[in-house]
Amino acid sequence: MATLARLQARSTFLVHQYYFRNSAVDVFRKKEYDAAVKIQSWFRGCQIRAYLRYLHRVATVIQKCWRGYLGRQHYQLIVKLEFCTMKMNLYNAMAVRIQKRWRGYRIRKYCFNYFYLKEYLKAVSETNDAIRYCYQGFAILDELCDHTAWRLKRKNTTLFPVYSMLNTSSHQMCGFSMPGNLRHQEALEEFAEMKEREEKKADLEREEKKRDYQARKMHYLLSTKQIPGIYNSPFRKDPDPWELRLQKAKPLISQRPKVKQKRDVNISNQLACTSARSLPQSEILPPIDRKQCQGPFRDITEVLEQRYKPLEPTLWMAEPINELKMAREELRKQEWMRNINDNMFLPFSSYHKNKKYIPLMHSSSKYGPNSYGSQHFRDENPKKWICDKDFQTVLPSFDLFSKYGKLYSKAGQII
Amino acid sequence: MSQRQVLQVFEQYQKARTQFVQMVAELATRPQNIETLQNAGVMSLLRPLLLDVVPTIQQTAALALGRLANYNGDLAEAVVKGDILPQLVYSLAEQNRFYKKAAAFVLRAVGKHSPQLAQAIVDCGALDTLVICLEDFDPGVKEAAAWALGYIARHNAELSQAVVDAGAVPLLVLCIQEPEIALKRIAASALSDISKHSPELAQTVVDVGAIAHLAQMILNPDSKLKRQVLSALSQIAKHSVDLAEMVVEAEIFPVVLTCLKDKDDYVKKNASTLIREIAKHTPELSQLIVNTGGVAAVTDCIGSCKGNIRLPGIMMLGYVAAHSENLAMAVIVSKAVPQLSVCLSEEPEDHIKAAAAWALGQIGRHTPEHARAVAVTNTLPVLLSLYMSTESSEDLQTKSKKAIKSILQKCTYLPALEPFLYDAPPNILKHVVGQFSKVLPYDSKARRLFVTSGGLKKVQEIKAGPGSLLQEYINSINSCYPEEIVRYYSPGYSDALLQRVDSYQPLAN
Repeated sequence: MATLARLQARSTFLVHQYYFRNSAVDVFRKKEYDAAVKIQSWFRGCQIRAYLRYLHRVATVIQKCWRGYLGRQHYQLIVKLEFCTMKMNLYNAMAVRIQKRWRGYRIRKYCFNYFYLKEYLKAVSETNDAIRYCYQGFAILDELCDHTAWRLKRKNTTLFPVYSMLNTSSHQMCGFSMPGNLRHQEALEEFAEMKEREEKKADLEREEKKRDYQARKMHYLLSTKQIPGIYNSPFRKDPDPWELRLQKAKPLISQRPKVKQKRDVNISNQLACTSARSLPQSEILPPIDRKQCQGPFRDITEVLEQRYKPLEPTLWMAEPINELKMAREELRKQEWMRNINDNMFLPFSSYHKNKKYIPLMHSSSKYGPNSYGSQHFRDENPKKWICDKDFQTVLPSFDLFSKYGKLYSKAGQII
Repeated sequence: MSQRQVLQVFEQYQKARTQFVQMVAELATRPQNIETLQNAGVMSLLRPLLLDVVPTIQQTAALALGRLANYNGDLAEAVVKGDILPQLVYSLAEQNRFYKKAAAFVLRAVGKHSPQLAQAIVDCGALDTLVICLEDFDPGVKEAAAWALGYIARHNAELSQAVVDAGAVPLLVLCIQEPEIALKRIAASALSDISKHSPELAQTVVDVGAIAHLAQMILNPDSKLKRQVLSALSQIAKHSVDLAEMVVEAEIFPVVLTCLKDKDDYVKKNASTLIREIAKHTPELSQLIVNTGGVAAVTDCIGSCKGNIRLPGIMMLGYVAAHSENLAMAVIVSKAVPQLSVCLSEEPEDHIKAAAAWALGQIGRHTPEHARAVAVTNTLPVLLSLYMSTESSEDLQTKSKKAIKSILQKCTYLPALEPFLYDAPPNILKHVVGQFSKVLPYDSKARRLFVTSGGLKKVQEIKAGPGSLLQEYINSINSCYPEEIVRYYSPGYSDALLQRVDSYQPLAN
């Protein structure tokens, strides 16, 4: 019991002590606990770290191997690719070389052949010179044309198919062809000169003819034994060339110069008698200051008028006498020419056979037109006629007044 | 007795009529009488004489009417209004050859003045009778009928078509083959008038085989015939490429080139027209002409004549050069450029100058070589003066401006460009300076020459708006030279130097 009392007396002390010791220990407990925790955690950490290190090492090794493997694979791919690229570049470079050469060749030969162009231009200028200053005739021009056509054909076969194939963008060279380049070629200049020469020759011939004609007209001026002619003057050393011409010339038989045909159909041309002898307009001029001849002579103009009076036939004369008959004949001839069938068109005889002819009222009545005054003008006695044919007008009518005012003499004219 | 007296009255009347009609026909040959005749009312008097009994009076009346109608259009209209034409046409079919000639002459005289009168002739059915006359034996009748048809067809395409529809073309081709020269001339001229209006008409003429006969007649010595034949061929060839090729296939080259040397001016003109019409269609045809030496022949022909005769030849050169640069080079090689520049400076007429300027532009526009060939002959200053002169027509100014521009854009021949720096207007100056800026950076001799001739100085004096093309060109020229030289030649440099002298303080010792 004493212990109990001691204990009970100490209990509060114990409680306090207990409490105090606990709290004192509590203070340290945390500290110690924290320290222990710290030590443990640190140790554990070391442990784990060592383990992690180990793991890291292992993982690194694995990854290292794997990555190496992958890398080597990748590297091989790259090497392959590089190799292929290198080969392709080489091929490309070689292809570029080939294409470079080929393109240059093609352009120079087909699309723009500089030397061919030069030759072509030279040939053109040579043809031009030939055309300008050539030699002969005209037939060679044809030959030139043929030759050009031949050359064209020859060049065509080689060049044109190639052109059509290769000529893509430049349309500059259209069908090139070499012009003909002949040795002896026709010249236009020569042709012109030839024409001139011909004309000169024609002129000379005309002159010669004219002089010859004049010499023939003047043949009477030839010198005779007695009298020297005007071209053979005694004071000259040799006779004039005209003298020699006169000696050679034949005397001219006077011919009427031919009348030239006029283009327009003039009515007076159809009557030949009126055209040539009409009054000369300006060839013969009246003489000036001519002394009036003594005597009862008429005025010269009147005389000339009468002399050169054109023929003035009456129309009765101008047309032939049997014109009516001739016209009928002509009509018959024309019809004969035109008609296919010469037989007259006969009526259908059976149609009208039984029909009785009924004349017109006008012509069957006795009150028709009187024939006197239109058909006959006087009494006729047919019994006294010699023959039954009528007179044919053969003689021309007597024209009293057609020569009125046109006669030369004034006799018998009514003033 | 009385019968004779009655008949005598008729005789006198007939004589009077004959005399009247003969005198009128003779008076109508002189133009000064025609006015008086018209005032005296000759038409109404002549008209009943056409229906006269006597054939000679009819013929002479027709002849007189023809001469009157020939003189001017009013009388021709009076003929039409007086209803004379149907009577003429009716009797044309039946009468003798003199009457036919006179009636065809009347129809021709009426039809030549205007399309309305020609239409009136067609309306009264004259074409069929004229075509029948073309079949007549007498060559004079054929000639008169062909002439009348030609004059009718001349006016416009409908009348030509009417003539063709009447069946005239085969007969005209037959007429061409006749031996008489006058008939050939007229038939060729009629064919030319028919085929000039449209390609279809030309094709109709070609289908009858006219080209072969026309081509044969080029060799004929008669120059009037040659004129008509060449004119006919050129009217055929002008419409289309096919027709031109058909004309060429008739082997006219190089025979046609001899016609270029003919004495007659109009033969030369028509021959160069024909060559021009052929050359303008395609490059192949131009090449054919160049190959046969046509360019040289045309150049000589241009040199030997003056005025309007030259014009087709000049245009032909332009057309040939326009097709391609090789053809232009061929034209240059044939020495055409000096001839063209002579034409440009000599000719008084503006339209010929315009054509020469155009041709030169076509030659020079292709490559620098071509431009050089043109520039060497000193034509550029002439072109510039034509462009600037106020007297030139608008057409001439536009053409010379285009020519200058196209040549300048390719010209690298600097001695010819230098004068332009001094007198050119601003729009052309731009191109000139541009050309300089293209050439100078690459050619040291040219740079030196440019400086010594004073070109650099002139370039510095040009005022250009900043940022404009001209300024860029000037800058590129300036960049070819060291800075000192550029500054030396810039305007006002001497003043700037003097100012520096003024402001300079000498160093104090």
